[in-house]
Amino acid sequence: MNHRVVITGMGLWSCLGTTLDEVRDALYTGKSGIIYNPERKDAGFRSALVGNVPVADLKPLLHRKFRNTMPEAAQYAYLATLQALEQARLDEDYLTQHEVGIIYGNDSVVEATMIGLDKFRAARDTVACGSGAIFQSMNSTVSMNLACLFHLRGINLTTASACSSGSQSIGLAAMLIRDGLQECVVCGGAEENNLFGIAAFDGIQAFSVREDDPARASRPFDRSRDGLVPGGGAATLILESYEHAVQRGATILAEVVGWGFSGNGDHISVPTVEGPMRSLENCLRNAGLQPRDIQYINAHATSTIIGDQREAKAIAQLFGDYRVPVTSTKSQTGHEMWMAGASEVIYSILMMKNGFIAGNINFEAPDDETAAINVLPETRETAFDTFLSNSFGFGGTNSTLIIKDFKN
Amino acid sequence: MKTRAQIISEINAKMAEVFEIEESVITPDATIADALELDSISLVDLVSIVHQDYGIKISKEDLTQIVTFNNLYDYIETHQKA
Repeated sequence: MNHRVVITGMGLWSCLGTTLDEVRDALYTGKSGIIYNPERKDAGFRSALVGNVPVADLKPLLHRKFRNTMPEAAQYAYLATLQALEQARLDEDYLTQHEVGIIYGNDSVVEATMIGLDKFRAARDTVACGSGAIFQSMNSTVSMNLACLFHLRGINLTTASACSSGSQSIGLAAMLIRDGLQECVVCGGAEENNLFGIAAFDGIQAFSVREDDPARASRPFDRSRDGLVPGGGAATLILESYEHAVQRGATILAEVVGWGFSGNGDHISVPTVEGPMRSLENCLRNAGLQPRDIQYINAHATSTIIGDQREAKAIAQLFGDYRVPVTSTKSQTGHEMWMAGASEVIYSILMMKNGFIAGNINFEAPDDETAAINVLPETRETAFDTFLSNSFGFGGTNSTLIIKDFKN
Repeated sequence: MKTRAQIISEINAKMAEVFEIEESVITPDATIADALELDSISLVDLVSIVHQDYGIKISKEDLTQIVTFNNLYDYIETHQKA
């Protein structure tokens, strides 16, 4: 069996907006979602820069008994998934009568774990953790909560592969659908955006300290970049087989035509060139495409010195003298980590459907390594129908997706 | 020592707030699990509240005997510390 895999729904809860239209406009105009948060400075952070993700207020939507098991990331994911299901026109009746699965990226539950354990330690009583703590403090909390809330009765799985988690969720879902094991899968990625979630990350001095100018702090590929800016939220996509989508009368937005992955098998935080390059090669092979078929690359580039250099080198080596346009939407969103691989596919689809490539804001001049690729500093109006999205993570876990436009 | 009236007033207000229900559904003979929409796992939140607010640890065995709000008021009244 070899089914085509299509995307029929998308939803976002992002620092660039909480509707697809809002995010499309933010991408087009080069809006930055980054702010300075004094609470972080007061708490002892080296960098108080963060993505300005709106608070998720689920109280009007869900009873306490459901919210009780949902940490921050699951709350964002719920809101993003509501939108995606609505766009895909998958209602409760359909979901309860068919076998729809979920594969969702998530790789931390720090705040929820900390709160539960703080209560336990203060009271010296495990009951004090509360009945929701166990469900909130498991890494699979997003997929377990969403599966119950939306009555998803197919595969129920979390992908946890650092900053490629969201991308791997799409890749795995596509593979299951292609092989006929599932007809429809909810996938995506979520990232807690509280200060506790990334306190240890701040501790290793990976974040930009350009605090006097938050909107210009995240500057992937630029020679004056000084680290990433953490962000968060959630992004959900509905994947299904082409036949399933047509049978339901769903509007098809795009098609997942390739997934490639690789492991560096090397350093836990320093990426290689060879590993990411193999991910790209594997993805092109899986899609049956050549580098010149790719019209836009949404890079992983997070605004770290070495990471951006290594990715630029991998792209340059593979694409040769073909100067494929490259941008990193992290210049606007910061690094959405477990969410990024999914959100960046949505950002790129929004560009593709609306005929533009969002400029890599804050890119003023490359360094010697990043000069090897064609980074677009400003939004360009251009039609394209095939793009590639990279996501690389700690531990040397790489994932690449190729998405094609679909004209109904 | 708190009077039974004080205990009833405090417990009803706390339960309504924490479990997001109308205080009017809490009557002396109402079944706690039904009124608060609790399952066997979320009953531990009730245990935690009683421990936190009254310093009383309800054992698993005792919990099975606490079915109605009256049972709960009785339990707190008789186990509260002087």
